[in-house]
Amino acid sequence: MSNRTGRSTGLAIETAGLVKTFGDTRAVDGVDLTVPAGTVYGVLGPNGAGKTTTVKMLATLLRPDGGEAHVFGHDVVHEADAVRGRVSLTGQYASVDEDLTGTENLVLLGRLTGHSKRASARRAAQLLEAFGLSEAASRQVKNYSGGMRRRIDIAASILNTPDLLFLDEPTTGLDPRSRNQVWDIVRAVVAQGTTVLLTTQYLDEADQLAARIAVIDQGRVIAEGTKGELKASVGAGAVHLRLRDAEQRPEAERLLRAALDAQVVLEADPLALTARIASGGESGNGGGNGLAAAEKASRALAELARAGITVDTFSLGQPSLDEVFLALTDRPAPRTDVQEDTQKEALA
Amino acid sequence: MSTATRTNTPGAGGAPEELAAVSSESLAALLVAGERPPRPGALSASVTFGWRAMLKIKHVPEQLFDVTAFPIMMVLMYTYLFGGALAGSPQEYLQRLLPGILVMSIVMITMYTGVAVNTDIDKGVFDRFRTLPIWRPSVMVGYLLGDMLRYVLGSLVILAVGLVLGFRPAGGAVGVVAGIALLIVFSFAFSWVWTMFGLLLRTEKSVMGVSMMVIFPLTFLSDIFVETSTMPGWLQAFVDNNPVTHASSSVRSFMQGQWPGAELFWTLGWSALLVAVFGPITMRLYNRR
Repeated sequence: MSNRTGRSTGLAIETAGLVKTFGDTRAVDGVDLTVPAGTVYGVLGPNGAGKTTTVKMLATLLRPDGGEAHVFGHDVVHEADAVRGRVSLTGQYASVDEDLTGTENLVLLGRLTGHSKRASARRAAQLLEAFGLSEAASRQVKNYSGGMRRRIDIAASILNTPDLLFLDEPTTGLDPRSRNQVWDIVRAVVAQGTTVLLTTQYLDEADQLAARIAVIDQGRVIAEGTKGELKASVGAGAVHLRLRDAEQRPEAERLLRAALDAQVVLEADPLALTARIASGGESGNGGGNGLAAAEKASRALAELARAGITVDTFSLGQPSLDEVFLALTDRPAPRTDVQEDTQKEALA
Repeated sequence: MSTATRTNTPGAGGAPEELAAVSSESLAALLVAGERPPRPGALSASVTFGWRAMLKIKHVPEQLFDVTAFPIMMVLMYTYLFGGALAGSPQEYLQRLLPGILVMSIVMITMYTGVAVNTDIDKGVFDRFRTLPIWRPSVMVGYLLGDMLRYVLGSLVILAVGLVLGFRPAGGAVGVVAGIALLIVFSFAFSWVWTMFGLLLRTEKSVMGVSMMVIFPLTFLSDIFVETSTMPGWLQAFVDNNPVTHASSSVRSFMQGQWPGAELFWTLGWSALLVAVFGPITMRLYNRR
């Protein structure tokens, strides 16, 4: 019998100086993570940053070469079995058996987690129903679509109601609709007290789901905090402007820079510019000091109007995690088509 | 909650499938209701993995090709190719050859265990099993339990073909059953070599390649086709100590109604040794991977 008390209190994961090397490459190079129980914790990073390797070590699939990691207080190396009793893993590499049907896969895992034949069959049917897979229950998984695959993978992972669920890039390669559905599942799972460690290379995914986020790059955690903290560390927000007349852009740029005391970026669109506003407390000098971003922005707009520059559209937003990533690594964040689409949506 | 679900066959370029919505309420209820039973025992977990192997045979029956068509081909080929030259007639030769060809065929199909292990790693099922709190070797034992079924099937096919061609075992039913039982034990032990290679090598192809390199000399350099006494001394030294020779002489003795004596001891000894050496290596690789 597993101890269910403290499911949503205390720490789910605690690592100190976790290291994993493959040959000459340090895939994970001293990762410190503290994940409170009962939340979604996002690990964000580009391909090859060391996310999957970290998850594999935490899920007892890989042995760390240095440092230590505890899951619910159990050492992942010396108490691997205790850890395995409380975690579950979904990733491209931790999948289900393609040759078996959806039902068979879930019954198999039900039996392997100690359920009786009857209980396994019942739970498999209930899970398939809840995941909207009832009609595909007796089809071989290799005939499932991408979205269905991800669902059956997650269903298999929550079969035994894990205390900690690792979701390693759960939406990579899914269309936006299927991604939203996976997000709904994650929210439902975490609402029941399961801690979720989510790795992703989609900035908006971490933004949508995670309470706290660690940004990881080249095997190291380069930033950690709540979403708000991360964003604040790069600035209070960004003003996106679109002018009516492209010829007025240089003038608008000059005015904005003066009014906002901020970095102004000329976009590829000849009508558009973006100004990043420093957060109030950190702002160096001049009139903007201590003012809220919105107030600064509205003053800047008034300046533009006074100068006779017509603004077609205007938006003020918190900086996207994309911008956070850029600011932290001095490199653009990894881009994919899906991500760009959703980010445009977010701005619209 | 039965939204119409269109079940179009997914494939390249197919439109995204219309999936029924995920029901958050029933999901929540399931997660709350989820009681964790005690972990399954070693036997229960192994049998469950064995059940998985059966299901795979059910869904991919083509994989039985190697335990049916292949052995039939072997029996026919060697009986009629060598029979006349080695024993005067195929009929005569079959009396000696059949138990040996049985051992050869079954030992050859043990190598598919390694391929199965390797494929599972590749497809990603393996890592899910490795995160389960179960008796660690049960995954491997499960493969072998499923394989034992295939070995039994293969043995029956070969025996049937042999009987049709005129094989008349002096040992009767008891001798035949004893021979097959011993062969299954030996093959189970021998399969641990392949679980090791399945974990060790990167691709299915390399597993096949290495398996061939091991299997061909072991099965051909034995007493299956000809008497050891006809071979040069240095070769006799190898053949007489080849575990496949021990297994095939034991099975032959049983089927001919004789007690295999020391050969039986050697066969069982080799079986124990194979498990004792390759079992722990397999598990070490399995845990470390």
